[in-house]
Amino acid sequence: MASFVRFTLDGRACLAEEGAQLVAAAKECGVYIPTLCNYPGIPPKGACRICTVLVNGIPQTACTTKVVEDMAVVTRTPELEEFRKAVVEILFAEGNHLCPSCERSGNCELQALAYRYRVTVPHFPYLFPKRDVEAWHPKLVKDHNRCIQCKRCIRGIHNAEGKAIFAFGKRGDKVVINIDPETSKNISDELAQRAMDICPVGAILRKGKGFDTPIGRRKYDHQPIGSEVQA
Amino acid sequence: MTRKIVIDPVTRVEGHGKVTIHLDDEGEVLQSRFHIVEFRGFERFVQGRPYWEAPVLVQRLCGICPVSHHLAGAKAMDVVVGAGTGDGLTATAEKIRRLMHYGQVFQSHSLHFFHLASPDLLFGYDSAPETRNVIGVALANRELATQAVMMRKYGQEVIAATAGKKIHGTGAIPGGVNKSLSTAERDALLQGPAPLNADQMVAWSQGALEFFKDYYRKNKDFIDNFSRFSSNHLSLVRKDGGLDLYHGVLRAVDSEGRRILDDADPQDYLQYLGEEVKSWSYMKFPFLLAVGQENGWYRVGPLARLNVADFIPTPLAQREFEAFKAATGGQPNDMCMHTHWARLIEILHAAEMMRDLLQDPDITGSRLIVKGKRQAEGVGIIEAPRGTLIHHFRVGEDDLIQMANLIVSTTHNNEPMNRAVGCVARKMLAKTKEITEGMLNAIEVAIRAYDPCLSCATHAYGQMPLEVSLFDSSGRLLSQRRKNSRF
Repeated sequence: MASFVRFTLDGRACLAEEGAQLVAAAKECGVYIPTLCNYPGIPPKGACRICTVLVNGIPQTACTTKVVEDMAVVTRTPELEEFRKAVVEILFAEGNHLCPSCERSGNCELQALAYRYRVTVPHFPYLFPKRDVEAWHPKLVKDHNRCIQCKRCIRGIHNAEGKAIFAFGKRGDKVVINIDPETSKNISDELAQRAMDICPVGAILRKGKGFDTPIGRRKYDHQPIGSEVQA
Repeated sequence: MTRKIVIDPVTRVEGHGKVTIHLDDEGEVLQSRFHIVEFRGFERFVQGRPYWEAPVLVQRLCGICPVSHHLAGAKAMDVVVGAGTGDGLTATAEKIRRLMHYGQVFQSHSLHFFHLASPDLLFGYDSAPETRNVIGVALANRELATQAVMMRKYGQEVIAATAGKKIHGTGAIPGGVNKSLSTAERDALLQGPAPLNADQMVAWSQGALEFFKDYYRKNKDFIDNFSRFSSNHLSLVRKDGGLDLYHGVLRAVDSEGRRILDDADPQDYLQYLGEEVKSWSYMKFPFLLAVGQENGWYRVGPLARLNVADFIPTPLAQREFEAFKAATGGQPNDMCMHTHWARLIEILHAAEMMRDLLQDPDITGSRLIVKGKRQAEGVGIIEAPRGTLIHHFRVGEDDLIQMANLIVSTTHNNEPMNRAVGCVARKMLAKTKEITEGMLNAIEVAIRAYDPCLSCATHAYGQMPLEVSLFDSSGRLLSQRRKNSRF
């Protein structure tokens, strides 16, 4: 039988299963903590920092924090909201995110967060990096212009032998996530689709398929991201 | 002693252009040029993108007729994915695309005629700009203005239902469409709340035609002779010669109606059309290879289409087409202002087509996509509101676009617009050292008859920033007149 711990969430007393991840526990309690690099079912990484909350007054990433007894968590302050907005803005400024022609528009978590945090004008200089589109794979395209290096694909997509089909390449500010030629051989259509789906942006695309979902039926066409948990 | 008149800028948003008119010692027009001085570069930056992005990306060329670019791009990519060269789509996909396209033509033509042309017709092109605008139309003719707004709205609703949204939708995808109409969407367009229904659009289109014909009866000399010159004409037509704005074969006729080009497969357009580059404009000058660079230029658009087609396959528009043809004894019509007449006939045709398509059961079908053997290249040609629109893409084995060639309607009309400016200049500007408001407007009217895509600015009539300066050969300013813009 699971044991529960008591903690407070924005001043409200809550219960969570012992060892629960804070993002999931907050969701159970009706509180939305935004995430980008986090994905249900794969180990958390704390890479994007957008889920930063105050745990007993100290900033921590909610996706890598487990709930413990008497923990006091604050998820919303003006500073935290401003910080999250800045994270989104920096990701837009750092890559080449051209929503008008991107097939993930309407299904893109980064775009949806930009809407949620009302990113309307740039506060950071756009870098417009020169990046490639990797299209040699028979089933996948990797558009490095759009990659936010959240590592969801590296952590979550494995071939039948359990090996990751995406891997880091290069170093420092040149680092990229590539399709591994060896481990990605002969992947199924289903796995290719899962790779596309796990990507929060439009950096992983299935070949020959695009814009299949009409406007109006896309995930964020009618409801902002996170609104199923908290408005 | 030569003089040079510069009109700069002619426009603001989508296109930045200027007009220069060179006069000789006698004050006669030596040369007139309509310069397009902006550079947009879509052909370059679509390179390296996955091919299925093209129909969505290239439509960002324009906010007025994005559907035309969207569909031309999709038609080119149909060929690439092996869905045939125009006749390979499912019935539902083709009819949804046609409906989208006729909605686009309907709203764009309505915008042009009511918002742009009707102020000229109601008030005269040399009347005060304070009243010669769409607000003036609303005050002078409330019914006409209301119809203008409602007709545009209806066309936009058709686009939204088929493409997903009114501007820059995603409905057409390589090999078909991503949605058909639900019965609720169909019924809303067919029998929607008055006045937004298909029958009313047909009736209003007929009313607009009567408005024009009444004006024509009273102003025959102006309509027949303003900026009139003969040319070749190019358009898509159906295989049987009928007017078809979505798909067909290329046909060109000369000023006597002789066919220069007939039954030409759009995939082979490079065998028939060449493009000349001139140092003073970013816009190329297309020409018919069979005629040559010097005399191979041609018109496209409503006037050219009715000159090229043998008939219109909807009954009410066909009746008007017969009257239109009778005005020139069946010969090609070279009267610039008759473009408005042709445009109104096309509005009626589009309204009839939309009504027919909405009554077709295929429009709610579920077979949306077909694909076949992958091809390396594809050409998509469509008759956009302003004329023939060509998209040509080459795609690598890795599915990335390697080459794009886009010839847009306004480019085809480049030489005709230059000629039109020359016509007006010869008539109104020669042998004068004074530039009047009416002269500026006359040049605008001549350019606007072609509804060029860079005429976003002219869509706000009376707000178009224009400056004409008249210099003598020593650079001394003889006369200057400026129209201010709000923007």
